[in-house]
Amino acid sequence: MRESAVTYNRLPAAELYPILETMRTSVLLHPRPEGLYCPPGDFFIDPVRPVNRALITHGHSDHARSGHRSVLATQQTLDIMGLRYGEDFAGTTQAARLGETIALDGVSVSFHPAGHVLGSAQIAVEHQGTRIVASGDYKRQRDATCAPFEPIPCDVFITEATFGLPVFRHPPDTEEIARLLKSAAQFPERSHLVGAYALGKAQRVMRLLRDAGYDRPLYIHGALAKLSEYYQSQGIDLGTLEPATVESGGKDDFAGAIVVGPPSAFADRWARRFPDPISCFASGWMRIRQRAKQGGVELPLIISDHADWDELTATIKETGAEEVWVTHGREEALVRWCELKGIAARPLHLVGYEDEGD
Amino acid sequence: MNRFAELLDRLVLTPSRNGKLTLLTDYFRSVEDPDRGLALAAITGDLHIAAVKPAMLRMLVTERMDPVLFGYSYDYVGDLAETVSLVWPQTPGNIPNREPTLGEVVAKLQAASRSDGPKVLAGLLDSAGISARFAIIKLVTGGLRIGVSARLAKQALADFGKVEVAEIEELWHGLSPPYTALFAWLEGKAEKPRNTALALFRPVMLSNPVGDGDLEKLDPADYAAEWKWDGIRVQAVAEGGIRRLYSRTGDDVSGAFPDLAEAMHFSATLDGELLVGDPREATGTFSDLQQRLNRKTVAPKMQQQYPAFMRCYDLLQVGGEELRALPFRERRGRLESFVATLDPSRFDLSPFVDFTDWQTLEELRRAPPHPIIEGVMLKRWDSAYVAGRPKGPWFKWKRDPHTVDAVLMYAQRGHGKRSSFYSDYTFGVWTGAEGEEELVPVGKAYFGFTDEELKQIDKYVRDNTIERFGPVRSVRADRDNGLVLEVAFEGLNRSTRHKSGVAMRFPRISRLRWDKPANEADRIETLQALLDR
Repeated sequence: MRESAVTYNRLPAAELYPILETMRTSVLLHPRPEGLYCPPGDFFIDPVRPVNRALITHGHSDHARSGHRSVLATQQTLDIMGLRYGEDFAGTTQAARLGETIALDGVSVSFHPAGHVLGSAQIAVEHQGTRIVASGDYKRQRDATCAPFEPIPCDVFITEATFGLPVFRHPPDTEEIARLLKSAAQFPERSHLVGAYALGKAQRVMRLLRDAGYDRPLYIHGALAKLSEYYQSQGIDLGTLEPATVESGGKDDFAGAIVVGPPSAFADRWARRFPDPISCFASGWMRIRQRAKQGGVELPLIISDHADWDELTATIKETGAEEVWVTHGREEALVRWCELKGIAARPLHLVGYEDEGD
Repeated sequence: MNRFAELLDRLVLTPSRNGKLTLLTDYFRSVEDPDRGLALAAITGDLHIAAVKPAMLRMLVTERMDPVLFGYSYDYVGDLAETVSLVWPQTPGNIPNREPTLGEVVAKLQAASRSDGPKVLAGLLDSAGISARFAIIKLVTGGLRIGVSARLAKQALADFGKVEVAEIEELWHGLSPPYTALFAWLEGKAEKPRNTALALFRPVMLSNPVGDGDLEKLDPADYAAEWKWDGIRVQAVAEGGIRRLYSRTGDDVSGAFPDLAEAMHFSATLDGELLVGDPREATGTFSDLQQRLNRKTVAPKMQQQYPAFMRCYDLLQVGGEELRALPFRERRGRLESFVATLDPSRFDLSPFVDFTDWQTLEELRRAPPHPIIEGVMLKRWDSAYVAGRPKGPWFKWKRDPHTVDAVLMYAQRGHGKRSSFYSDYTFGVWTGAEGEEELVPVGKAYFGFTDEELKQIDKYVRDNTIERFGPVRSVRADRDNGLVLEVAFEGLNRSTRHKSGVAMRFPRISRLRWDKPANEADRIETLQALLDR
C-alpha cells in the first residue's frame, strides 16, 4: 500500500483515474493460478484446476475440466461435458439459461451466446454497478451450429486473442467450402480428409457442406461420433454420417469421399485406409501458408471458430468497454491497438489455455 | 485475378506431379484468353514486369497502418509478400464492384513508369482481396516459387491439347505471351502456329537405361559407344546472327554461358554436353562445373577460371539443312568435319569408346578414365534423331553407384499417399575421435525402398522417437542403437552449406541393414576420400 500511495502522489489526476478503475474492477475479478476468480461471488470462470464453484463458458477441454465440486454452465455445455467426461464430471451441476440473471453471494451473473461452439456463452459478472464480461472464446461469423454472439455493454471486456494479429482475416466460410467441393470434383479418384476439431469445427464443416448442397454420406472418424450425434439431437441437421472404417468398405469405396476427423488422426496410421488422400485442415491457422506447408496440408480451409482481427477490434468497440483485458493468444498486438484507440488495455497472462486450438 | 491466385495457392501446396498437372490443365480449360496465357508466362518466367523492391513494399504498407502492428505481423508470418497481402487495409468505400482480371493487372503494371510504379501497385492492392493481393505482390517482386518448372507447364499444355510435349517445346521459343495462337491450336480451333523465328530449340533425343538381359539381345556391332559425360546436356543453335544455348528441356540458358555463346560462329544446331575447362588440356570436375550452374549472369573472373566448352554429340541441322532423319553414322561423319572448323578451346568431339564385345565395355564402364564420366552411351549406328525417349536406339549404361552405410537420424512425414508415413530420412555417418564419436548428417533420401520396407522403417521411427518437431521426428541413434541404411549415390560435392562439408548427388536407400550395429556404420573420412579423388 505504501508504494501505491507514493505512486498516486506523483501522478496527475487524469492518469490516476484508470488505475483506481483497475483497482475497483480487479476486486471483482482477477487472475489466480486456478483461473479467473471472483472474490465476492467466490467462483472461478473456466478454472484449469478443480475448484469449489466453477462457471464454464464452453465445452472445449482447456476451458471445461472435470472434478469441480459445482458447475454452472449452459445446459448444452453441461451435456457436452457429460459426453466427454462421463455423467459424474462434477459434484453438482446447474444449468444457466441464456439471458437469465443468477445471484451468487450478491454478485449477479448472466450467460449470453458467444457464437463459438454449441452451448458456448459469455459470462457477465455484475457487482455494485460494475459489469465485466468474460467472453471466453467467441466469433462473429455466422454459424448454423450455434447461437450468434450478442454484444453486451460493459465496463470491462475480457477478450481472447487467439487470432489477435492484423494478419488474421478469415474469409467467408462458404468460399472455403466451395474450394473443398471444387477440389473433390477435380480429383474424383482421391479422398479428401478434412481435419477439424471434434467439438464444433467438425460439425460446422459438415453443416456447411450440407448447406452447399453436398448430399452424399460424410465419413467420420470415431472420435467425432458421440458429439455429432449430440448435435443432431439438438436439431442441427448434419445429414447422413457413416463411420470411416475399413469394414464399411474397401479402399476404393473412399474414392471421391469426404472424410472428417480430428487433425491428429491424419498423421496417424488410421489414414492409410484412404486412396491417395488430399489432406485438408479446417482452421484459422491455415491463413498462414507456412503453417499449411509445415503440416503437410494440401488444401487449407480457413474456417475458424475464433474471432479474427477485424471481429476482435469491432467487438471491443461495440461493447463500449472502457477497459479491455486480453487473455490467451497474441495479447500484445491487441493491447497495442487498444492503446492507439485510447482504450485502457492489459494482458491477463492466464495460464493453461491452448492458444493454438482452432 | 482470383482464379490465378487460387491456382498459385493450390500449386504451392500440391506435392504430386499429377496433381499439379490436373490443376494446370483445369485452369487452362476454364480461364479465357489472355489471362490463361499470362498466367502461363508468369509460371514459365516469361512475363516481364518491372520489379518492386521489398523496401518499397514495406514503405507502402507502413504509410497505411501502425508500424508497430505491422512489425508484430511480419515477425509472426516471416514472409513480406504474404504479410503485406494480409494486413493491407481495406477502405470500405474503396472496394470496386469486381476485382481486376489478371490481364488488367499485368497491363497496368507493364504500363507503369518507374516513378509511378508504387502508386499503381498500391491502387491495385486497394482493389483486390487477400489472395489476389498476394498474387499481385508475387508478380511484382519476381519469382513465384510455386514448385512448377517451365517443363511441367509445357507438359500441362501438352496434356491439355492432347499433343506430344516435344511439339510444344519445338514451338515455344517462337511464341510470346499471352500465347493466344497456341491455345487456339490446342483447343482445336486453329491450325498449329507456324514458327518463323530463328534459332529455335529442337526437342532432344534421350536414352533408356540398360536393363537386365537387354544386352544379350543386342549385337555389339550395331552400336557405337561414347562416354556419358556428367555435365549439362545442351543444344547450341546459331542462325542469322541469333545464338542460343538451350537446356535439354528447351530453357534458354545462353545468359549463364556468354563465353560459349560468343564462340558460336556458325549456322547449325549442335547437341552436346556443357563442361568446364579447356578440352585440349583438362576437363573440369562436377564441382568445377557447379561454379557455373544456376546463375543468371556470370562475372568475367568466373568465366576465366571455369571456362565453358561443349563436347559435341550430334549435329541436327547445318546451314538450314535438316539432318535429324539421317542415320547416326552419317550424322557423326558430318559432325566430325563440322567440329573441326570450330574454336578448339570451346568445342570438341565426344570420343568413341572402342569395344568389340559387351564384356570389354563392361570393364571400361566400371573404371572410366575421368571422374566426370558417369558411364557409357550406346547409340545404334542406323538410328535417326528423334524427340523423346524411344526404346531401342539409344541406351545409357551407368557406372555403379557409390554406397555408404549411414545411420538414420531424422524422419519426416511424407505427402499425399505417404502423409501417414515417415518416409523422408536424414542419415549421418560417424565423426570425431575414438570414444567421442558423433553422427553428422550427410544427406536425405526418400526413395529406394519397397512399400513393405517403408512400413518397417515407419514402425521403427515411431518406436524409437526421442523428439518431435512438427512433422519431423528425431530418431534414437547412438553407438549402441540405430538403424543402418545402405545409401547409394551418384557422386559427392563439397558443400559449405552442410556441417559435414559434403553433399550427395541423387542419394537413395539401397538396402536396410537391420543386421548391422550402428557403430559399424561408415565414418566421414570414407566420404572425404571420395571427394579428393
